[in-house]
Amino acid sequence: MRRHVGLWTGVICLTLAASPVLVGLVWVPWDPLSLGPERLAAPSVSHPMGTDWFGRDTWSRLAIGGRASFAVALLSVAAGGIAGTALGGFAGYVGGTWDEITMRLVDALLAFPALLLALLLGAAWGPGLAGVATALALFNLPFFARVARAGFRSIREREFVLAARASGARGGWIMVRHIAPNIASPLLVQATVGLGAALLAESSLSYLRLGVQPPYPAWGRMLREAQDFFPHYPWPAVFPGLALALAVLGLNLIGDALRDSLDPVLRRVIRLRPS
Amino acid sequence: MIGHLVRRVGGAGLTLLVVALFVFVAVQVVPGDPARVVVGPDASPEDYAAARTRLGLDTPWPVRFVSWVGAFVAGDWGDSLLYNRPVRPLVLSGLAVTLPLAGLALGMALLLALPLGTIAAGRVGGWLDMGTVGFLQLGTALPEFWLGILLVGLVAVAWRLLPAGGFPGWGEPRAVASLVLPALSLALPRGAYLARMVRASLADVLAEDYVRSARAKGLPELRIVAVHALRNALVPILTTAGLTLARLVAGAMVVENVFGLPGLGRLTVVAVEGRDLPLLASAAAVVAGLVVIVSLVVDLGYALLDPRMRER
Repeated sequence: MRRHVGLWTGVICLTLAASPVLVGLVWVPWDPLSLGPERLAAPSVSHPMGTDWFGRDTWSRLAIGGRASFAVALLSVAAGGIAGTALGGFAGYVGGTWDEITMRLVDALLAFPALLLALLLGAAWGPGLAGVATALALFNLPFFARVARAGFRSIREREFVLAARASGARGGWIMVRHIAPNIASPLLVQATVGLGAALLAESSLSYLRLGVQPPYPAWGRMLREAQDFFPHYPWPAVFPGLALALAVLGLNLIGDALRDSLDPVLRRVIRLRPS
Repeated sequence: MIGHLVRRVGGAGLTLLVVALFVFVAVQVVPGDPARVVVGPDASPEDYAAARTRLGLDTPWPVRFVSWVGAFVAGDWGDSLLYNRPVRPLVLSGLAVTLPLAGLALGMALLLALPLGTIAAGRVGGWLDMGTVGFLQLGTALPEFWLGILLVGLVAVAWRLLPAGGFPGWGEPRAVASLVLPALSLALPRGAYLARMVRASLADVLAEDYVRSARAKGLPELRIVAVHALRNALVPILTTAGLTLARLVAGAMVVENVFGLPGLGRLTVVAVEGRDLPLLASAAAVVAGLVVIVSLVVDLGYALLDPRMRER
């Protein structure tokens, strides 16, 4: 029961945070780039979240900026997830030297905070979105690689794998058809948590002026622009931060709920009560 | 134990080498032709060739990588293009801000995590636990830089309690005071995360048979939790705390920019914006190297505390 509470709270938080983006798919009230006469306005009927220093509508900028943030986060988790699962799964299945080499590379990648990767790629490719997306994919890769490796290693010893091998199935078929479906749930949990981390990292980077370039909005960049006016004009600094925190909170709650319901060992820990 | 030590240190050394290779490829191989940038687009082929020789670009990149690593180990980190100064003192002075900042944040995070995690673990599933867990979930999700902005606005600008940003330099009267708010904005989310670890590992230990025995002996609850349980829960907690230090160094990179602190993160961002590749290479290598070394130390500490971890 408890995990359903967590799950639904998470879904509600995420929906709330993404509401400008979701509504923005069909309707954006203002042009997010056009300057308006009302600067630093408080929330009102015409500007539900107020305006920034240039008189641009915060709700509309959240909608358009969030689109890029969510797209980059989803893309990087998908790319890093697929590459990491393939690498780690293969390493775990075949073991030996290949396993050693892959895991050494993965460990080295883990040593790079997402931010540092993005800064390095920003220097190499310029400050655009491509560097940020690649960096976040590389940041996600090692986590998936570790989960997949552990899963493949433990499952390759199981009898149904032996049975498949005995019936003449090839390695690739066994990995994709027999092993991969069994580690789908930890990978799903990792994807949910990774999405929150990617969203947070993307916003940190756009705060550091990497990624989406002005005048186009991004949540982190909006916060940077609002920083100088806080706390005298709080609204432009409140809403993007709130949206970001709620989105990450929602994703974490959903991830935890999935983990609890999919992992019977952890569920036992949650249930236990000192008598 | 010796075998484990050698294996771990050797592994970390290899990882460091791969890390250096990543940095080198990103900074030296990908960005195009620095010789072209130095001489400009209209230079004669002779000038261009001379510049290539001068910058050492006429040798293949694996050779350049080896000599770059050699120079780095020997302490020759090159000159910063932006500051016109050797890179090493710049990076070291950045480290002198970033490391104390991360250390202070870790201290604050532990101060938050141990009591909160213990309170929550005392009655897993109870309303106090649920409330604490909810609060911790909220804390974990807070973006560090947003927290920084809010703290500057409220504590420094509106209430004028602490410096709003900048760093006067060590030995100046407000040096530590100017690290408090940045450390706090790093410590709250990380501390919340740590507290959840404390709760989980303490709850695990509290379910053990020896805790039941201690209860059966009639020991006071405080002694059971503080002496019997917490000590055994400490191993995973310390591991997480060590890894948190690595995360804090990374988080400090953003927060330094919120507060205008002249640490490694600020330097790295300045280096990217000014395309100061020698500075960027060294700063990035130092940050990533720091993460590897901290993880190694944590790993060894783990083996020291828990003999079961030595085999594998």
